[in-house]
Amino acid sequence: MSTPILEVENLSKSYGGVHAVRGVSFTLAAGEILALIGPNGAGKSTCFNMLNGQISRDTGSVRILGRDTAGLRPREIWRLGVGRTFQITATYPSMTVRENVQVALLSHHRELGRLFGFAGARHHAEADRLLGLVGMRDLAERPCGELAYGDLKRLELAIALVNEPRLLLMDEPTAGMAPKERVALMRLTATIAREQSIGVLFTEHDMDVVFEHADRIMVLNRGSLIAGGTPAEVRNNPDVKAVYLGEGSVYGGEAAA
Amino acid sequence: MSSVAQPSEPRRNDAGPDQNQRVASVEFFVVQFLTGLASAASLFLVASGLSIIFGVTRIVNFAHGAFYMLGAYVAYTLTDRFEGFFGFWGGIVVAALVVAAVGALLEIVLLRRIYRAPELFQLLATFGVTLMVQDLVVMIWGPEDLVGPRAPGLRGAVDILGLAVPTYDLFLIVLGPLVLGGLWILFHRTRWGVLVRAATQDRDMVAALGVNQTWLFTSVFALGIFLAGLGGALQIPRNAVTHLMDLSIIVEVFVVVVIGGLGSVLGAFIAAVLVSELNAFGILIFPKISIVLVFLVMACVLIVRPWGLLGRAEGPARQPAGLSIRPWRPMSQNQRLIMLAVVVAAGFAPFVTGDYALTVLAEIAVFALFAASLHFLMTVGGLASFGHAAYFGLGAYGAAFATTMFGMPMIGSLLLGPLLGVAGAILFGWFCVRLSGVYFAMLTLAFAQIAWSIAFQWVEVTGGDNGILGVWPASWASSPATFYWLALAVSVIGIVALRVLVFSPFGYALRATRDSALRSEAIGIDRSRVQWAAFVIAGTFAGIAGALFAFLKGSVFPDNLAIPMSVDGLVMVLLGGIETVSGAVVGAIVYKALAIWLVSQTDLSKLVLGAIIVLLVVAFPKGIVGFAEDLLARRRTRADDGGSAARTAPAKATAPTSGSGAAPIAAPKMEAAR
Repeated sequence: MSTPILEVENLSKSYGGVHAVRGVSFTLAAGEILALIGPNGAGKSTCFNMLNGQISRDTGSVRILGRDTAGLRPREIWRLGVGRTFQITATYPSMTVRENVQVALLSHHRELGRLFGFAGARHHAEADRLLGLVGMRDLAERPCGELAYGDLKRLELAIALVNEPRLLLMDEPTAGMAPKERVALMRLTATIAREQSIGVLFTEHDMDVVFEHADRIMVLNRGSLIAGGTPAEVRNNPDVKAVYLGEGSVYGGEAAA
Repeated sequence: MSSVAQPSEPRRNDAGPDQNQRVASVEFFVVQFLTGLASAASLFLVASGLSIIFGVTRIVNFAHGAFYMLGAYVAYTLTDRFEGFFGFWGGIVVAALVVAAVGALLEIVLLRRIYRAPELFQLLATFGVTLMVQDLVVMIWGPEDLVGPRAPGLRGAVDILGLAVPTYDLFLIVLGPLVLGGLWILFHRTRWGVLVRAATQDRDMVAALGVNQTWLFTSVFALGIFLAGLGGALQIPRNAVTHLMDLSIIVEVFVVVVIGGLGSVLGAFIAAVLVSELNAFGILIFPKISIVLVFLVMACVLIVRPWGLLGRAEGPARQPAGLSIRPWRPMSQNQRLIMLAVVVAAGFAPFVTGDYALTVLAEIAVFALFAASLHFLMTVGGLASFGHAAYFGLGAYGAAFATTMFGMPMIGSLLLGPLLGVAGAILFGWFCVRLSGVYFAMLTLAFAQIAWSIAFQWVEVTGGDNGILGVWPASWASSPATFYWLALAVSVIGIVALRVLVFSPFGYALRATRDSALRSEAIGIDRSRVQWAAFVIAGTFAGIAGALFAFLKGSVFPDNLAIPMSVDGLVMVLLGGIETVSGAVVGAIVYKALAIWLVSQTDLSKLVLGAIIVLLVVAFPKGIVGFAEDLLARRRTRADDGGSAARTAPAKATAPTSGSGAAPIAAPKMEAAR
């Protein structure tokens, strides 16, 4: 494979003596779906927020499409071609579903500074195409504030695809969804990722989702990666069983050290 | 001229005029320092009360100054009646207790209804209370300044380095740290204090643990008000009691809590000392800009520490003002035609009414534009400015300068004058958009006070309180009819331009930053730049309205950029409907007409206006247009339901929807915005 979409090397972050993340390194290739799992407090969210620029890192480097992201703000990282969805959805409740996508499209085309012209008429078809992709074409006119939670998650995916991303960062994409919706959303994500050769990194607590859809899984515990590999490898890893998947075993004490 | 309230008083000068002339010596500086510390005591009491109330209830109590004033008046009455040692000191304490009881009553009757409302509504409701108290105080105690008795036992002065320092000042200097210590013990060593601290950190958790929140809130509010009342009562031996002391203290207190950090008692203490010393020495070193100095320091603190010296970062903001569940639509062809007909009809006014009515109508047109500009910032941008009059007033002064200093013709002044408002918005806006929520509101208020102070103090240029006279329109526009047409035309063009902006790509970017800062950053929107631009746009249109206003009145006064003018604008927007696209215009028309009528009908216009504001916030938070839209939407929904029985609930993926208005108004789901 050519240059990886995402290269993370020796990423660390501590909060006043607590090592939230230490020495995490991995790469992500185009079209690959990589899951980051681990118990609560393992450092998943900290990792994620460092990747998209929401918090600064203490050490290490993050390269997206070969470009170092040190000092870039989230909005600048987005311009590199990174789409993201949030654990708790962040959308615009006062706008319609289509307008939510249109705003992102206007931003992508750098047209948000325009003071004249009716914005609702711009990128109409493109917005509908993206909504169609996530199966929400019928909901385009609906006020976003009225949507069911699962629909908001799908809308976030549509918005994330607006800038033709090469990398998708999805923080618990199926949290708060019904089991059926979870499978549908991840299947959809996988299809889009393969077709457009997007690298997907996601965190998730639902192991069914993780083991069914991830090409590769990394397990984080107390800030460090303790295992990584195909779903089968991770499933049979004794360390992972000890700290996370369990098998009647006690929560592992020093497994991370 | 504003009909709401008097401008706040210039800050009291602690150093007498004779002391100003004195040669500055080490001794004198020491005494001046002590005077500053003595002033800090009352300021700290009031500010800590505001801070404690905010910490637990998340309400910024605008009426805090009113309670400070009430404390002073009640203490005056009590100490006047019961003389002697116990009469005085007992009177001070009883006054604070009486005021605290009134505060508790206010909490029970009013605040309990608005704890979950947006910050803006809370600020406005408590401002309404302030207005009512102003009129009530004059009704009860009369408009004259009252001079209280001196404190028994502390009447004399102590000789310090050869200069006399009043014993009462020394008492206050000691009292400040004592109260600070007392509050610390109360919060750290009593069960009640532990609960208050817990509630400050996480209200919901405390409620989940079975604590009766209702009474906890009431007691905290009463304590905060007690401190305000005590601060006011303790002032009577030092200063005259006036019915203007509420606005001057509240601005100062806002500055203190913003510098110290909202919710931090120790921060309030440090900031109170800092502000008082700045006042005490500013008057000596920079007599010309003494009022501005404090605000400059505040601006500097906010840039370095946006949440004040000891404040902590606010959690995710509550639902911002202006967020509507019903997506906005541009007007349909029919609606445009109706609007055109209304404007044309308004153009015929000079053929049916007299000159006085035309002047009133021109003023309404000016304020419609002013309100629309504030609406753009507040509703579309979610940024509730409490100092929007600054840009209106700067535009007015700009036009006046252009006319009287440079002899510009009227058209030139109308074009150039607003540039002063634009400049102000560029400068102040840059600072303000770094903050949000109540901090944004308080900073805009502070900047408006800076502008007001300059207009008031820089007498050589602005004429100070006497204003600038002789800003008359050109001869072709001097008849009331032509000037009315001019005002109407400018106002309509401005309002249409603002409406176009709402639906432009920029308008969408602005709404995006309001709806979700997190999402906006994630899709490449530079929030502070967008909001800064919106601030400047709003300031520009306010400046245009101000320039028109200067020619309408033929004069400019510091009142034009004072707090009451800013609040007038807020009330217009709220009255019209904060969630609507064009409620501000309707609100301005109704409010201005009502205010002009009220002033002609009653001496208690502030009381009535205050009551209207409170009523609006509690009973009709959606305003006139919002209320009408709700009615329309409900009727349409009913019509839909009659048509097909199949539609029961707001169905999901498959339900066909015909248009925006047809969708049932479901319970708002605002979690998404967090």
